[in-house]
Amino acid sequence: MAVFLELLVNGISVGAVYALIALGFVVIFKATEVVNFTHASLLLAGGYVIARLHPLIGFWAALAAGIAAAALVGALVEFLILRRAHVGSRGVLAIVTIGVDILLTTELTRRIGTEVLALGDPWGDRVLRLGPVTVAETRVVALAVAAALIVAFLLAFKFTGWGVAMRATAEDAETAALMGVRLGRVSLSAWAVAGALAAVAAMFLCVFPTPGLDRGTAAAAMKAFPAAILGGLDSTTGALAGGLIVGVTETLMSGYQSELAFLGRGIGDAAPFLVMIVILLLRPSGLFGTKEPARV
Amino acid sequence: MSGEAGPETGGPRSEGPRITDPEKTVGLEIRGLEVRYGPVRALRGVHLSVPGGAVAAVLGANGAGKTTLLRAVSGTLRFHRGAITSGTVAFGGSRLDGVPAAAVVRRGVVQVPEGRRVFARMTVAENLRAGALGVPGRLAATARERVLDLFPVLAERAHQRAGLLSGGEQQMLAIGRALMAGPSLLLLDEPTLGLAPLMAARIADTVRQINAQGTSVLLVEQNAAMALALAERAYVLEVGEVALSGPAADLAASDEVRRRYLGVGATHSDRPVGTDSGPTPEEHERPARHERTRLARWTA
Repeated sequence: MAVFLELLVNGISVGAVYALIALGFVVIFKATEVVNFTHASLLLAGGYVIARLHPLIGFWAALAAGIAAAALVGALVEFLILRRAHVGSRGVLAIVTIGVDILLTTELTRRIGTEVLALGDPWGDRVLRLGPVTVAETRVVALAVAAALIVAFLLAFKFTGWGVAMRATAEDAETAALMGVRLGRVSLSAWAVAGALAAVAAMFLCVFPTPGLDRGTAAAAMKAFPAAILGGLDSTTGALAGGLIVGVTETLMSGYQSELAFLGRGIGDAAPFLVMIVILLLRPSGLFGTKEPARV
Repeated sequence: MSGEAGPETGGPRSEGPRITDPEKTVGLEIRGLEVRYGPVRALRGVHLSVPGGAVAAVLGANGAGKTTLLRAVSGTLRFHRGAITSGTVAFGGSRLDGVPAAAVVRRGVVQVPEGRRVFARMTVAENLRAGALGVPGRLAATARERVLDLFPVLAERAHQRAGLLSGGEQQMLAIGRALMAGPSLLLLDEPTLGLAPLMAARIADTVRQINAQGTSVLLVEQNAAMALALAERAYVLEVGEVALSGPAADLAASDEVRRRYLGVGATHSDRPVGTDSGPTPEEHERPARHERTRLARWTA
């Protein structure tokens, strides 16, 4: 039972981090209807800046710089490439984001090389003991921060002018423009916010028990993709639920791998995608997605 | 059958508090407008003006270019891969052609789109808030009071999802949402389309009230009787060109308009409106007044 509880707490914590990344996917999709495959490289860029700067300016300043850098990269991708790509189809724009992702990831992995970069976080390898359950401090902080950010974003979507503009644009961009909403600003802010969230997620994905940032870190972002899809690509609540489902599924499947040996090795990595396929078969729009056949 | 004629009647026709600063209610001027969707020319050589404080109506059959005309003013042609290829659109002396939609709103021109297009997943209150996103916050509170005064039902339904409102209520919300930006000129695209006659009459009354408060209105309608009863000046679009224009009373009395848009047989002179050799004021006064009375009765 203790093992199960440990796995569950860890799964929820990792899931909360996936939810942060998925929230970025969702924010961009809601604002622009573009499925953003550049997310992995935004995450890598944020993590890379933190890793390189923390020896020079300290962890917290490096974290702020990493968040700002990822937000800036996101905004630049939107401003320099997507805004100027006058293609009719959102599908084509999604493919453009794949191209941008390959370019950015190639450059960043070239810079990282074979190194494993520490992020210099203050939590180190300390653990918390809650009765029979032992959890890394980093996991608890990740859960708290991710939960706070997600709640803040859900409230911002509901109550701020930015949130109303974002939701209006997501529902009907032309009418939003007729109401005076500046679509370019909405789109730019969505990309910047997604980048910032990705940088926070990168930090939590690269601290204990993970050894650090390496060239494989970007792959973690792709696990948030099934989270966003199965939650419903246009639903912030769906991003949260999807992240948690993916995190818990992955952690439990990896934790009980020896009992599930008949399924083969690496089932923990494949499980989120299997869950996504099953959920999409049952609910094509995802758990909380809008039921519109035109949506991706 | 085209051209300008008759005196400008201008100005609101009923009393009421003027919300918009009259000095800001300067007119819309469209000159030689041509619009294309790729190779397809949707408008050609369109001249149109809406004086400050006036109501102008644009009539025409489906596909005549009425909605395209409004898109050209509101800066939303690009959403339909259209573009102004020649001519100018100016409001209050400054050019609107080439200006993005959000900037057009900031200059005081707001469009209520055809088919209401309320944000169905948002509440009524959020829809109204969305309408005020392009203006400073302090103006939003005043505008909100004005809107809820015009449409008390929106206050009752404030926390209801807009998609659950009736068609008439959605139209009220769409107009109210547009008024949240405090426009000097309101563009209305088929506001009575699909509404029951009583609700259409209610919307017509509201347009009168809005105009009486100092907002100019450019009304695009297939319901020619209602549009001509509301407007001082009217334009008839046919296949992308202005086929007729002049005082709404003259158009209402025109046999061609009566036959084609009001569904009435020709009973008056076949003399065209909008020509220099048109009727004297005394001559066209009688049928015009008769027509107005009939139209007013129809829309009441």
